[in-house]
Amino acid sequence: MKAIAARRHHRFAPAVLLALALLLTGAVYAALAPSAASAAAPSESDIEAGEALFQANCATCHGPSAEGRDGVPSLIGVGAAAVDFQVSTGRMPMQMNGPQAMAKPPQLDEEQTRQLAAYVASLAPGPAIPTAEQVDTTDADPANGMAVFRTNCAMCHGAIGKGGALSEGKFAPDLSGSTPTQVYEAMLTGPQSMPVFNEANLSPEDKRDVIAFLEEQQAGSPGGTDLGAVGPVAEGLWVWVVGIGLLIGLSVWIGAKSS
Amino acid sequence: MSPRATTGARAAGGTADYLDQRTGIGLAVKSFARKIFPDHWSFLLGEIALYSFVVLLITGVFLTLFFVPSMGVVTYDGPLATMRGQEMSEAFASTLHLSFEVTGGLLMRQIHHWAALLFMASIITHMMRVFFTGAFRTPREVNWLVGFVLMILGLAAGFTGYSLPDDVLSGNGLRITDGVVKSIPIIGSYLSYFIFGGEFPGEHIIPRLFTVHILLVPALILALVGLHLFFVVLHKHTQYPGPGRTDRNVVGYPLFPVYVAKAGGFFFVVFGVLALMGATMTINPVWNYGPYDPSPVSAGAQPDWYMLFLEGALRLMPGQGTEWVIGGFTLSLNVLVPAVVVPGLLFTALALYPFIEAFATGDKREHHVLDRPRNAPVRTASGVAILTAFFVLILAGSNDLLATHFDLAINDITNVFRALLFVAPVVAFWATKRIALGLQRKDRELVLHGHETGRIVRFAHGEYVEVHKPLDDYERWLRVQHEPRRPIEILPAEDERGVRRKGYRRDLLRQRVSRFFYEDRVEPVTPRELAAAHSHGAHDSLPTEGSAPAQIGSDGAHRGPDDEPETTDSTRIDVVHG
Repeated sequence: MKAIAARRHHRFAPAVLLALALLLTGAVYAALAPSAASAAAPSESDIEAGEALFQANCATCHGPSAEGRDGVPSLIGVGAAAVDFQVSTGRMPMQMNGPQAMAKPPQLDEEQTRQLAAYVASLAPGPAIPTAEQVDTTDADPANGMAVFRTNCAMCHGAIGKGGALSEGKFAPDLSGSTPTQVYEAMLTGPQSMPVFNEANLSPEDKRDVIAFLEEQQAGSPGGTDLGAVGPVAEGLWVWVVGIGLLIGLSVWIGAKSS
Repeated sequence: MSPRATTGARAAGGTADYLDQRTGIGLAVKSFARKIFPDHWSFLLGEIALYSFVVLLITGVFLTLFFVPSMGVVTYDGPLATMRGQEMSEAFASTLHLSFEVTGGLLMRQIHHWAALLFMASIITHMMRVFFTGAFRTPREVNWLVGFVLMILGLAAGFTGYSLPDDVLSGNGLRITDGVVKSIPIIGSYLSYFIFGGEFPGEHIIPRLFTVHILLVPALILALVGLHLFFVVLHKHTQYPGPGRTDRNVVGYPLFPVYVAKAGGFFFVVFGVLALMGATMTINPVWNYGPYDPSPVSAGAQPDWYMLFLEGALRLMPGQGTEWVIGGFTLSLNVLVPAVVVPGLLFTALALYPFIEAFATGDKREHHVLDRPRNAPVRTASGVAILTAFFVLILAGSNDLLATHFDLAINDITNVFRALLFVAPVVAFWATKRIALGLQRKDRELVLHGHETGRIVRFAHGEYVEVHKPLDDYERWLRVQHEPRRPIEILPAEDERGVRRKGYRRDLLRQRVSRFFYEDRVEPVTPRELAAAHSHGAHDSLPTEGSAPAQIGSDGAHRGPDDEPETTDSTRIDVVHG
């Protein structure tokens, strides 16, 4: 103990302590956090807790029995997948009216989201939250995923899912921050302006391939910085800023050089 | 040659002598090396274009070694996971091959594409410099046209090259081209079938574009660049106004060694900047777009920046009610107007501007001293108006990106730009003209009253005045050297015997145009006005504190074109009352 006490004023002491504290927090979190497996089977108590959450957070707009009203969709039959997507991306509960519900830091934690999903799923059958196996891309074919994406998704989300504009202030979001589960759920349930791609429309394999294609994009561009990956407009902007900008600066320098 | 010359010098001298005896090249080199060029950084803008073109040629030759201009279908088996097993044209496959498997291939491709964008950007910048300084005036109108054609050829080179990789994005561009061609009345469909060798996309367009891109257009550009530079040598370079610079001389330094070193060095600077961009910034990532297939169009589909104004015009044009069917023939005004009429008007205005201005001034003399843009308010304002129209169209072509990046509604943006396309150029014209006239007034003010020194002096009788320091000869020259331009006056419609005069109507038109150009004007200070301004403060002359401006000798080298401003006593000061 004496050895430690002697070193407590060492200049690395705060850093070491911080590292230890982070390690401890991580370990405790790993031990206590709910695992994916435990989320699978909703119990009666989950549904009850979910109903309480629903009445507190959702019923104001969707109605006390989730039947919806003018301009607010009914949630009967939307399934757990829709709830998980909307709530885990922070789109629901909605903060304010606008062209479309915006993604924000989720308001309910994972446990609450699971309970809420269980309650809504109990109202009527609907698409379930995809399992870990369904979004596992180990054997997926990103080339097929790209072809599927190009035909079905790129017209709104852009060539590699960086997002794009829709009418009247709506937009297709950037997909680079979405988890595989969220991407799968979005295809399954068609949130907001997005069409539904059910299992008959795009097979589960196709969906998995799309996720694999999107994961390929995480590696970044082989050509250097991707300039936002939004296409030729950004390239045009940068040729004026960097190319012409630098060269005019250098022209002034050369012009000012004594002859 | 001195007996102490080194072996190298002797060899060089011997070679030069050998060549000179057989070709007489010595004379050409001698006179060319002594050719005088004026010095200014803005004269390097055209060089950026020239050097980008050289870089395009060098990298382009490299790319042709690996590119296969064919639309034959192959199955990809290269290293790219997102393409494996996909069917694609040989053009696209070879583009992927040269990007990912050829050493240095991607770098070369990216340098080539950046150089293409820079080529167009520097041409536009160079054109702006020539336009706003009036460098297109007699005798350079023809060279302005040569430069204009070079710009159009640059667009053609860029567009044909952009389409070669046969990816989805460039294929969308070709599809639009096809639509534009088909919108031309009567001959449209035939022309489209001629270009694509049948129904779009067919199997011929890539090889055809390849021939145009690597042979036809570069050869024309090269020839016209030669002509462009020949005219520069023939006409001699223009110079900015300054003491001793007139329409009859060129003040500057000889080509050799000064400009050979500067221009030669600048080539490597341009190459270096392009290499830096090619090495660090992704451009045209065709692997993101995928092989061409006529069905998909992705969001954010835009052409390269120099074609963006056309895209913008198409996006602004209302679609409903603008497609007419007349006697079984479809007249697609929704495509014809934005893609043919709008650029036609803007480009024609640009090409013909020198002739319009010459008509308005009736000036047939040669001009070698450049205008300061403020001294030609209507010209400067017209240029800004044309640029504003292009800029609005470019922004309109990016409306989806503006919507997503600035949280706006695309419909609102489009409606605002529809109005701005007509309003913004007018506002820009008016504002620029006012600013130019204001700057001219400021110049007058400075010449007549000098710089404010911030020194306040109180006289014995209680009057306060601020001491003004007169301009030195250089400063004054810059502000009084230009000729006043006034609207032309024409002869009356009938001569003294009451007979109608021939050519009166043409003169009337010219008078109207001339009035538009020169009705509003600020005249440069005349020597008489200057003398008057100086004399009124002479009785309360005060010594300028701590400043003894260098006396610029009035040795004739600094004299003005018309009247020489009176030589001023450098210690004398102007006093502005009140």
